[in-house]
Amino acid sequence: MLAQQLLNGLTQGSMYALIAVGFALILGTLKLVTFAHGEVFMAGAFVAYTVVSLVGGNLLWAFVLAVVAAGALGVVIEFFGFRLLRNAPHTSSLLVTIGISTIMVNAAQLIWGAETKTFPLGQETGSVTVMGLTFTGLQLTVYGVTLAMIALIYVLLDRTKVGMAIRAAAQDHEAAYVLGVGINRIYSLTFALGSALGGLAGVLVGLYYNAVYPTMGGMMGLKAFSACILGGLGSVPGAVVAGLFLGEVENLAVAYLNAGYRHVFSFAILILFLLFRPQGLFGRKENIR
Amino acid sequence: MRILEHPLIVPCVRRAPLALGLAALAAMPQIIHDAYVLRILVLVGIYVLLTSSLNLVNGYTGLFSLGHAAFYGVGAYTSAILVMRTGWSVWVGMIAGALGAAVVAWLIAKPTMKLKGVYLTLTTLGLNIIIMLVFLNWVDLTKGPLGIAGIPVPTLFGRRLSAPADYYYLILVVDVLVVFALSRLVNSRFGRALKAIREDERAAHACGIPLIHFKTVAFVLSAALAGLAGSFYAHYMRYISPEAFSYPETFNIVTILAFGGPGNLIGPIVGSVILISATEAFRVFAAYRMIIFGTVLVGTMLLRREGLLGGREYSFLITWPPRKKVDYGKGDRFLDAAQPPERGA
Repeated sequence: MLAQQLLNGLTQGSMYALIAVGFALILGTLKLVTFAHGEVFMAGAFVAYTVVSLVGGNLLWAFVLAVVAAGALGVVIEFFGFRLLRNAPHTSSLLVTIGISTIMVNAAQLIWGAETKTFPLGQETGSVTVMGLTFTGLQLTVYGVTLAMIALIYVLLDRTKVGMAIRAAAQDHEAAYVLGVGINRIYSLTFALGSALGGLAGVLVGLYYNAVYPTMGGMMGLKAFSACILGGLGSVPGAVVAGLFLGEVENLAVAYLNAGYRHVFSFAILILFLLFRPQGLFGRKENIR
Repeated sequence: MRILEHPLIVPCVRRAPLALGLAALAAMPQIIHDAYVLRILVLVGIYVLLTSSLNLVNGYTGLFSLGHAAFYGVGAYTSAILVMRTGWSVWVGMIAGALGAAVVAWLIAKPTMKLKGVYLTLTTLGLNIIIMLVFLNWVDLTKGPLGIAGIPVPTLFGRRLSAPADYYYLILVVDVLVVFALSRLVNSRFGRALKAIREDERAAHACGIPLIHFKTVAFVLSAALAGLAGSFYAHYMRYISPEAFSYPETFNIVTILAFGGPGNLIGPIVGSVILISATEAFRVFAAYRMIIFGTVLVGTMLLRREGLLGGREYSFLITWPPRKKVDYGKGDRFLDAAQPPERGA
C-alpha cells in the first residue's frame, strides 16, 4: 500500500518536476517571475484536448501541437511581460503576467466552457505489474516523457552552443551581450522552451487525471513556483528534486491525512522553507530582482 | 474680498471641491432611487475600502502582497459566524471582523515581513490559498462550500438597515472616515517612514526606521481595514462562500489599485469607481468581466505604469487640516530625506 502510494506520488512528482523545470529555466535566465506559467500549462492541455477530439486518437500530434502552441504563447508573454518592460520595476512585469493569466483563464472559459473536459480516448492503456506494484501505461508514459525531457534539457544546456548562451545570459546578461550573445533572442527562446515544457506537463496531467478545465493551471503554476523556491531559485536540478518531493508529500498527505487540505501541505512546506532556508535545497543566495 | 484671504478661510476655499464632492455623495440617494444603481455604488464603496487598505501595503510601503482577499474573507467569516452564533449586534461583529483579520495578519506578518520582494509575494499568495482552503474544509464552522446564508443585517436605533440607501450611507461614512484616517496616517511620521521604506529600504534602515516593525504595523492595519470591508460585505450580501475570497479576488483588488494608481489616496477611489461601476453596469458582458480586468491590468502596465493617477499624492485634495508649507532652505538634503517631497511633483 505504502509502496503504491509512493509510486503515485512519483508520478505526480514527475509532472510537478516537468512544469517546475520550465519555470526554473525562465526564472534562472530572465531573473523574473511569471504568474502565467500555470495558464500556459492549461493551454497545452486544452490544445491537446482539441486535437484529440477533432482529429482522433493519435496522441503524438496532440503532444506536438500542444508543445508548439505553449512555446508560441511563451514568446508572446515574454514580449508583453518582459521585453516591453525590460527597464521597469519587477512588479510591473509581475502585474502583466497576472493580467495575462486572468485573460487566459477566462478566454479558455469562453472558448471551451467552464466544465471539466475528458479526453475521448476509448482504449485502455493497459498496465504492467512488477514485484506487486502496478504501473499503468499512462504512468509509464509520464515517467518516460519526464526523463526524456530532463535529459534533453540537460544536454541542451550543457552540451550545445545555444545552451551555453542561455547559461551565459543567466549568469550575466550584459557580459553575454558584449560577447555577442543575442540577448533578446535568447530570452525569447528560453521563455518558449520553459513554456513548452509547461504545456507538455499540461498534456500529461490532462491525460493522467483525464480532466481538463480552465482553472487547472492556477494551482499548478503556484506549485511550480513553490518547487522552484524549494529547489533553489532558478536551479534546474533543484526544481526536479523539489517537484518530486512535493508530489510525494502531497500524495502521502492525501492518502493518510486529509484530502481537502492537500494544497495546504505543499504551501506549508514552502513557507517553512522560506523562513528557515530561503535559498532552498540547492540554491545559492542570489538576488532575484 | 479680504475675508477670502483670512488664514482661517483660505483652507476652506481650497477644500471646497472636497466639501462639494461629499455633499454630492450624500445627496446621491435622494436623487437616485434605483436600487440597482445604489447596489453598484455600495459595491464601489466596498472596493474603495479594500483597495485603499491594500494601498497602505502595496502603494505606500512598497511591499507586494498578494494575500489581501484572505483578510477580506477572515473579516467576513469572523463577523458572520460570531453574529449568527451568539446573536450579538452586527456592529460588534464588524469590529470583531476587523480585529480577527488583524490578528491573522499579525500571526502571518511575524515570520513573513522579513522576506524580500518576490518571496513575500509568493508567501502571501500561498497563505491566501491556505486560508481559503480552511474556509472550504472547516465545515463545522464555515459550512464549507455551501457557504453561510441568512446573515443578519445591522440595526441602528431599533431600525433594521436593509434599504439600499441605508447601506449606501453606511459604507459612505465608513469610506470617508477611513480615507480621512489614512490621509492623516500617510502624512504622519509613521507614514513618512513607510514612504521612506518604499523609496529605499537600506537608506530608511540607516535612518533608524525599524523596518520589520513598521512593515508589520502597516500590514496589520491594512488587514484590519480589509477585514472591516469583509464584514460589511457579509452583512450586505447576507451570503458568503469561500470562492469569493480566493486569490482571483486578490488579483481584482490588485488590478484596481494598479489601475487607479498606487501611492496616493485618490487613485484607489478613482480605480474602484471606474472599474467596478463599468463592469457592473455592463452586466451583459459578465462573461468578459475578468478579461476586461486582465486587459486593463496589462494595458496599464504597458501604457501608464504608475497607474491613472500615480506618481503624485494629491494630498492637497484630501488632507485636513492642511499641512503648513515648511521651507527647508536650499540644498538641505538631510531634511529633504526626512520629509520626502511628493513624487513626480
